[in-house]
Amino acid sequence: MMKLDKDKLIIGAAGPVLALLTSFVLTVLVLLATGLDPIEPIRLMIENAGYSDIQVLIVNQTGIYYLAALAVAIGFRMNLFNIGVDGQYRLAAMVAALVGASVELPGPLHILLIVLVAMLTGAFWAGIAGILKTARGVSEVVSTIMLNAIATSLVAWLILPKNFGVQPAGSNNLTTGEISESGWFPGIDMGEGNGVIYGFTFVAFALGVVYWFVLNRTRFGFDLRATGASESAAQASGVDAKKMILTSMLISGALAGLSGMPTLLGESHTYSLDFPTGVGFTAITIALLGRNHPVGIFFAALLFAFLDKASSTLDTFGYPKEITVIMQGIIVIAVVVSYELVRRYGIRRQQQKVGEELAAGGALKTDKEVAA
Amino acid sequence: MSPWHDNFAPPCPPAPTPSGQGECVINASSPPAVELHGITKRFPGVVANKDIAITVRKGTVHALIGENGAGKSTLMKILYGMQKPDEGTIAVDGEQVTFSSPGDAIARGIGMVHQHFMLADNLTVLENVVLGGEKLYGIGAKARKKIQEISDAYGLGVRPDVLVEDLGVADRQRVEILKVLYRGAKILILDEPTAVLVPQEVDALFDNLRELKSEGLTVIFISHKLGEVLKVADDITVIRRGTTVGTADPKTATTKQLAELMVGTELPSPETRESTVTDVPMLQVKELTLTEAGAASAAPLTTAAPPDPSGAVGLQEIGEGRKLLDDISLTIHKGEILGIAGVEGNGQTELIEALMGMNSPDAGVITLDGEDISNVSVRKRREGGIGYIPEDRHRHGLLLEAPLWENRILGHVTEAPNSKRGVLDPKAARKDTERIVREYDVRTPGIDVTASSLSGGNQQKLIVGREMSHAPKFLIAAHPTRGVDVGAQAQIWDAIRDARREGLAVLLISADLDELIGLSDTLRVMYRGKLVADADPATITPEELGSAMTGAATGRLEGTEAQSEDGDAR
Repeated sequence: MMKLDKDKLIIGAAGPVLALLTSFVLTVLVLLATGLDPIEPIRLMIENAGYSDIQVLIVNQTGIYYLAALAVAIGFRMNLFNIGVDGQYRLAAMVAALVGASVELPGPLHILLIVLVAMLTGAFWAGIAGILKTARGVSEVVSTIMLNAIATSLVAWLILPKNFGVQPAGSNNLTTGEISESGWFPGIDMGEGNGVIYGFTFVAFALGVVYWFVLNRTRFGFDLRATGASESAAQASGVDAKKMILTSMLISGALAGLSGMPTLLGESHTYSLDFPTGVGFTAITIALLGRNHPVGIFFAALLFAFLDKASSTLDTFGYPKEITVIMQGIIVIAVVVSYELVRRYGIRRQQQKVGEELAAGGALKTDKEVAA
Repeated sequence: MSPWHDNFAPPCPPAPTPSGQGECVINASSPPAVELHGITKRFPGVVANKDIAITVRKGTVHALIGENGAGKSTLMKILYGMQKPDEGTIAVDGEQVTFSSPGDAIARGIGMVHQHFMLADNLTVLENVVLGGEKLYGIGAKARKKIQEISDAYGLGVRPDVLVEDLGVADRQRVEILKVLYRGAKILILDEPTAVLVPQEVDALFDNLRELKSEGLTVIFISHKLGEVLKVADDITVIRRGTTVGTADPKTATTKQLAELMVGTELPSPETRESTVTDVPMLQVKELTLTEAGAASAAPLTTAAPPDPSGAVGLQEIGEGRKLLDDISLTIHKGEILGIAGVEGNGQTELIEALMGMNSPDAGVITLDGEDISNVSVRKRREGGIGYIPEDRHRHGLLLEAPLWENRILGHVTEAPNSKRGVLDPKAARKDTERIVREYDVRTPGIDVTASSLSGGNQQKLIVGREMSHAPKFLIAAHPTRGVDVGAQAQIWDAIRDARREGLAVLLISADLDELIGLSDTLRVMYRGKLVADADPATITPEELGSAMTGAATGRLEGTEAQSEDGDAR
């Protein structure tokens, strides 16, 4: 049995490794095709990652990606494709920032309120797609994309000065007003010039453990995974599919709402026009690359954070930093292809092994045989 | 205590092959249509073909018999180019060939009619026939003429302009045969063609086959129904455990001899020995009615029309809001097995789903052990003691890519030993999976392998073991032994019988009439969503039951006392 488990591990790792290798090779080819040195930018990025301030940036970004990728992953485990994580994340950050800036509460309560508002807003926005799917059969892919667009407009409208926005003096930026210090999540100061690691990053990683436990060790998680693996079998086993769809959309949305918290509580303390966007889309790739597994997602998030942050100085050396975007894009395709290949190979291989072991008399002893 | 205690023998060594294995009487005049020699196929997890030798004479119906899982289908896939043999040779019309795809086989005049029809419901017969073969005779008048020609030549009675969805099972089958002939096949492979037909339709099919034969075509007929084989075949080859174990002459052979060749041991029988029926009702269904919800019915084959014995394609009137279940009332007592006979698609699937709570009937009351469960969720019903052996275990009974121990949890996640207070207990679940594997003889190297790597029979035994492990009060057994080898079949029958002795009420739905008659205490016939007739399994014959299944007989069926001796052996 140990042998099979080892196989499983190797097969599990083969997908991502294959995908990363492919995308690396293709990126090198793209660089060669444009007449650039293919190795130098990579060397520069690795050198960049050696600096403490970049490292802090990478860790912080990892936490953000991690939360957003968990939001996507819980949908994937259920065969739901929540493309709307980005919209849920932005709207939730905006509403939470608004509420946070407009109240004064003692420290922990203030933070808790902001976090709760963010989760509820994210869940609400994803829940619309959930209800549309359960009540009207609207594909969540379509509805969440639409809701992304609506969220963009809604945020833009809400942040107008005539509504809830504030325009800081001497600036073109619009914000939702500064959250007072009681609503700041304490971080770890890494020393002069190195920056601060957001405290919420650790909450993100802790949620990874919760994610694992809920999915693998609870009835709810079993039902969720069963529904993802085979909706018909899950239904026959007693899972209420509609309730399951709605619940997992709500959870996914709540997690998406949380992914704005590291930035909001740890650094910006307000939602402004330059609040980072696109996190929810990158998270889809990360969840895919990490195979929806909390540990896999961690490494995938780390990789993407590295690509993001370590590439920032490439431009100054004459290399377009967009090569990391190309690399990320290729990873998406490579991941999908290589996982399917590896999955099929794995199934075939196991059937073969089981056949061989049975033929070799390796079956577990059954009463029948004992009696015979 | 093991639930297995019958006379089923453990895997026996390959029986001494009768002399003259694989040899047929060959008339020297023309080369045989098909000659297979030394075909060997190693195939993961399933019975392999080893050293198969078959000779099929031209212009004959050659039956290939063997129990489920003996390797018949694999062999035919090899002949049809869907699989490549590891060793061995194939000769068609005396010429050695290698097929790397069905296209190659079709080019050599070999055609296959699959067990599961491959037709597009929303297209007409003509469109279905020309689909993929547009280059042959176009898609217009020429194609229509050709279809009519073939249909007339072989007496298929196919009408080109009827929508396939309006056709009954037997008619669909004729369309499949026509499709193959249209592509110029001279050798037809029919994979279990009678599995979906009632006896009267089988006779009509056999008339068609004789017609084909008289026109010089060759038919390879795969079956495990021995009575039918004796009726139609000119030659018989028996396959057991992946190899040819002998040939037989249908003029002299009996079903018993064939059966023993096929199984290599005495046959298990589904017969229940003594009655354990009590007068305590366990499940009561009153006036259950379900109307089709628009055209979006997901149930497969719900449009199966009444078979038309005349052989002509008939249109089925399809009214809006057709009743899938029409005023169903039945009572199953403790210790009783109630069998439902019926051509597939007459409401059996809907009845099961209604009992499980997977669809919502328009009217009717379902009572389990005195409690009204009409509006109770699937999960609560399962917790309340309904066991479920689904008709499609891949769709409804298993998570194919999950390990066995997770499959053991499926459907019983809220019950001991699988979980405590909302938290799974993988350790206990694994231990109990090992017990099921042991007691129900699931052949597997371990409980961490995925369900998809087990053979069908072992998957089914796992499901039966799982459902029996929660002491059900009422068991729904839908085709419990479909696609299962004879050994597992006997074990599954035993498990059901044992539980029945302890007071289990069982609803048995099966297409295997011998299984139905053998296991059931009471028989009802379902036709177009209605229970139209009932019968006593002690006196009824499969033929009588078959005619009731076509809607030809209603009310109380009085079986003739003299039971036919040589019915199908299973």
